Amino acid sequence: MIGVRAAIAIARKDLRSELRSKEATNAAISFALVILLILSFAFEPTEEETHAIAGGLLWIVFAFSGTLILNRTFARELQNDTLEALIAAPVPGWALFLGKAASSFAMMAVVEVVALPVFAIFYSVNLVWSLVPVLLLGTWALVVVGVAFSALTVNVQLREVMLPLLIYPTLVPALIASMILTGNMLDGQTFAGDNLTWLRLLVGFDIIYTSLAVALIDIVLVG
Amino acid sequence: MREKVIYVLGLLGAVALVANMYNIFLVLPDEANQGAIYRIIFFHVPAAIIAFTFFFVALLCSVFFLVSKSFKADTVAVAATEVGVVFAVVNLVTGSIWGRNIWGIWWTWDYRITSMFVCVLLYMGYLIMRPAITDPTQRGTLSAVLSIFAFADVPIVWFSIRWWRTQHPGPVLETGGLPHDMAMALLFNFIALLMIGTALVLVRLRSENVQREIEALRRLALVEA
Repeated sequence: MIGVRAAIAIARKDLRSELRSKEATNAAISFALVILLILSFAFEPTEEETHAIAGGLLWIVFAFSGTLILNRTFARELQNDTLEALIAAPVPGWALFLGKAASSFAMMAVVEVVALPVFAIFYSVNLVWSLVPVLLLGTWALVVVGVAFSALTVNVQLREVMLPLLIYPTLVPALIASMILTGNMLDGQTFAGDNLTWLRLLVGFDIIYTSLAVALIDIVLVG
Repeated sequence: MREKVIYVLGLLGAVALVANMYNIFLVLPDEANQGAIYRIIFFHVPAAIIAFTFFFVALLCSVFFLVSKSFKADTVAVAATEVGVVFAVVNLVTGSIWGRNIWGIWWTWDYRITSMFVCVLLYMGYLIMRPAITDPTQRGTLSAVLSIFAFADVPIVWFSIRWWRTQHPGPVLETGGLPHDMAMALLFNFIALLMIGTALVLVRLRSENVQREIEALRRLALVEA
């Protein structure tokens, strides 16, 4: 019970400091818009065939801009050596991890809420409600792997370079599932047949990596 | 003692490899459909199996390091990972050459090929991160966790990409489609390459130990200075 309250406290602390500085979300939102712009040069945005790859484009935007947020999750504690304090505090490692993951998830959600309508307008795509579960599960996959590796690389030299190098290959299954599901949902399909299999894969990925991260986070932070 | 093991293993592997090559290139006939190029299978398949064997060894050593904090386990893990990556790349390159001859293309995004590529990227990340961590205990711990994360990913990557698309020739081994003498040649070449791979791991182990010693001496010198 103490763990849950600690996790909520950590998430609130992170969100409050982010709300005051807005450094990570602002950067991530602008970066997401920049990627949307650049992708429009690579693919003719209004053509029919672009709709088929729309799901892929969207997750490229989320994954790339997401690293800007995920890079900061533990790095924001370095400036005043508050990471040491967090580790020394009577808070279980999993609570620290889940608190950090919750705050990163909220920031990612903000970026997505801004980027989605822009994406829909730029690429003339009709957004559908069935995207919501895909977005939630896919973003959680991104956040879990990202926060775990952010803890892993926080004391490593070249941290900013190392994180994307490590998370993208690991995220491959989740990204494939999210991209295919997003494309199919935008195409008007429902969660049946193949789509259900992909949804299961995404849920499975989330469960496996959440448990792995929760189990290993103490070792990562304390050694 | 270890020196001798390296020499003996390397020599045995080399002799076995020469004998196998004589058998593969001069004794075995061409395959009916593919002609001469099928011989690449004798290197392609063992390389994949050896790569995964070494990744698995690295996983076991990583878990053992987290339990025991024994630097020996960490050293074996990094040595096995590095040689594993080399064999994985051999697998990709030989496959690519075969694909150019049979399919007419160097690369295709088939599930096995893509999975192997992702695997190489994952473990390359491991090898790139290691030197960026200065403290030996921290380096061992973080690398071990990373190795566990990477290995957990391999089966998920495999199945996800398999659902996604398929073009690779069906598994020859499981269906028993390989004639007896070719299967034996494959087995012998697997053993030869495994011996050479193990010798490489041992060499890498020695250089890692020397590196550790140098680091320790450097720290000692800093303390005294």
